[in-house]
Amino acid sequence: MLYYFKRVVSDILSNKFLNSITIATIALCILVVGVFALFFENACRIIQSGEQGGKMMVYLGPEFNINMLPQLKFKINALGETEKIIFISKQDALKQLKKDLASRSSFIDSLKDNPLPDALRVIMKKNVNKLETIKDLAVKIKKIPMVEDVEYGERWLGRFLSIFSLFKMTGYAISSLFFMIALFITANTIRLSFYARRQEVEIMRLVGATDKFIITPFYIEGLLQGIAGGIAGLGILFLFFLFLSSGVEKNIPLYMLFNIKFLSIKYSVIIIACSAFLGWLGCYLSLKQFLKY
Amino acid sequence: MSIIKDKNSIIRMFNVSKRFGKHYALKNITIDIQAGEFIFITGASGAGKSTLMKLLYLAERTSEGQILVDGMNLARISSSRVPYLRRKFGVIFQDFKLIPRKTVYENVALVLEAANEKPGIIKEKVLKILETTGMGKKINVLPPSLSGGEQQRVAVARALVGDPAIILADEPTCSLDSDSAQTILDFLLEYHSRGTTVLIATHNLQIISNTVNGRCISLVEGALTGAAKLL
Repeated sequence: MLYYFKRVVSDILSNKFLNSITIATIALCILVVGVFALFFENACRIIQSGEQGGKMMVYLGPEFNINMLPQLKFKINALGETEKIIFISKQDALKQLKKDLASRSSFIDSLKDNPLPDALRVIMKKNVNKLETIKDLAVKIKKIPMVEDVEYGERWLGRFLSIFSLFKMTGYAISSLFFMIALFITANTIRLSFYARRQEVEIMRLVGATDKFIITPFYIEGLLQGIAGGIAGLGILFLFFLFLSSGVEKNIPLYMLFNIKFLSIKYSVIIIACSAFLGWLGCYLSLKQFLKY
Repeated sequence: MSIIKDKNSIIRMFNVSKRFGKHYALKNITIDIQAGEFIFITGASGAGKSTLMKLLYLAERTSEGQILVDGMNLARISSSRVPYLRRKFGVIFQDFKLIPRKTVYENVALVLEAANEKPGIIKEKVLKILETTGMGKKINVLPPSLSGGEQQRVAVARALVGDPAIILADEPTCSLDSDSAQTILDFLLEYHSRGTTVLIATHNLQIISNTVNGRCISLVEGALTGAAKLL
């Protein structure tokens, strides 16, 4: 293996131009995918933090009294999708309404009876983000005796979740597209690199070298190019990120930047691993047709 | 791969023909070469000498007929076994075929590296053969900066370093002066004296006349015209 690495180093040094082109190509593609991943990861984080604990209002019938609350909470918790249940009595609801309406609250004072029902605010678990699951939960809660109505902003939530899922799908599609572009360019540059050494490869074969002996350094080179390209791409992305976050901070309200973070280590490792795989696959695609006796 | 051993025959060709399109480069060649023989293959340019050599180490495949090398039937040899067949040969190519970006040492070492020899043994053998061929002081030089004669010596060193059973030399002296040509021939004779089979394709009658105990095979337009024992 040491011998192969020596050959790889020697090959890389003697083909600096082609190797630089390959690494730069991979780096650019990783940069584009990285920009998207950065945007995607942050958007997901922001969406999740906004979405944290999707809420549902459960309005209770007039037959409800406070002694029934533990039993009701138990029944809703048993459905398994809830994080927290907060009881809002009709009195509290009226107080809140008065507070919300402030200057126009005089008409509320004129009411003889409190028209508001007792209610429960149900906060769902973080992973409950599918509209179908939320709908199912609402239907199940509505079947519980004493529950009169359930409100969960169906239209708003449906639109929000479909935008989120469209965003996700677009992310996958763009990442796949750029992966294919990077693969195509990498395969071609490795093919050029191999073509530049075809005379050498032919001589190796004539003196008894096996295919494994000939192609192993190319594969190692492909992997190294992929890793180097990945690291370079992420490095550029990081500089870009630093530049943006320091330069734009003054012009954009702080809360917009507050949650924006660079890619997590997990994401970065995945991107570099994909980049290494890209180098290897490009090598595989370009070499398989050359090595035929 | 089929194995057919016959006494001391190391190369056997049965009615071998090689065709490029409609043109026959070789026609119905039948030869039996014993292990340890010294053979000259002669003929004018285009007679088929190089093609015959290429058929032996499978740089080309036969169009008709069969070739056995050390018991291996070349018509049935699988692609994965071709490198192992080629390691039986030390080939001195007409155009040297040295890798320009590798040093003299690296060019010669390549044969042993391809055969998975240990680094210590590679170093020892390469330095020894380069000393023997008079290239010991130029191990770090790149081939393009060597003269034709020096490049030929490196090519000879590369062919000999793996101690092959058969040496194939395709016009090994064509671009050399008479002294250099004789030096190359002396190397080959020395290896022959140790039992190595040597085949030289040449149209240089001078080197044939300087060699005893050999056999001369003549080709005319791809056909065998006769064999003569050199005394």
